Amino acid sequence: MTESSPVVPRKDDSVLVTEAKAGNYAAFEELVSRYEKKIYRLGLNLTGNPEDAEDVLQEAFLKAFAHLAEFREDARFYTWLVRIAINEGLMKLRKRRSDKSVPIEDAVGEEGEIIPREFTDWKPNPEQLYAQGEMETILQNAAQGLSPGFRAVFLLRDVEGLSTEETAQLLNLTEGAVKARLFRARLQLREGLSKVFKRG
Amino acid sequence: MNLLNCKDCLKEISSYLDGEMEPDLKRHLEEHLSLCHHCQVVFDSARKTIELYCDGRLFPLPLEVRERLHRALRRRWEEKAS
Repeated sequence: MTESSPVVPRKDDSVLVTEAKAGNYAAFEELVSRYEKKIYRLGLNLTGNPEDAEDVLQEAFLKAFAHLAEFREDARFYTWLVRIAINEGLMKLRKRRSDKSVPIEDAVGEEGEIIPREFTDWKPNPEQLYAQGEMETILQNAAQGLSPGFRAVFLLRDVEGLSTEETAQLLNLTEGAVKARLFRARLQLREGLSKVFKRG
Repeated sequence: MNLLNCKDCLKEISSYLDGEMEPDLKRHLEEHLSLCHHCQVVFDSARKTIELYCDGRLFPLPLEVRERLHRALRRRWEEKAS
């Protein structure tokens, strides 16, 4: 006979959402704890600024709380949360840009050739060669070099793991436009990071 | 016969990273990558770029930010309940 495990099974998000809708705050808090780190990282990479990232984090969860009753449980809770957060982040960027009369929409279209210029191998395991703070600064600087629309596509597809279809719906783009932007974003980021990580 | 040149290869790199590629094209691309150092570097570093941004050890949530979030949510919950 095996001993019973003391570990409490992890509840599905959908169970927690149902419990939270029924007024169980602990269930809602569990959902927050599951995703707060990822939403903060999304806000940070999108806005490039810790204060804005905290605003995105707070607004995303406060709106999720306020609209929880409207959340349809056939969707993934996390995807719904990311949708709220990315909209908050993009609004922040629009506001910031409008002060400088620069539109958030991308000056560079999806078309046009990307020509790689960096062909040197990277140092092995660059993440181990830099202190955590240095690595974060390097990644943020590279991300801020992308226009917001391209940055959002990269973060949703490659970091948050949304599908092309989900990303397209969320950003009101065609799937072809998502693929084209992702392609450019990946290569532009790669180009920027290659300048830092190339073998000396 | 491998019909891909570097320009064709580059255009397909993103699809290859996503694993969305027809088997024949994938075979040609992999043949090209095995022979072309420049394209291999572009592919490897693009993959590494994605891995770095996904590294869960980076961009930790500061404790004070987490505490402010939970206080704000708790306050909103209590306002709603009262």
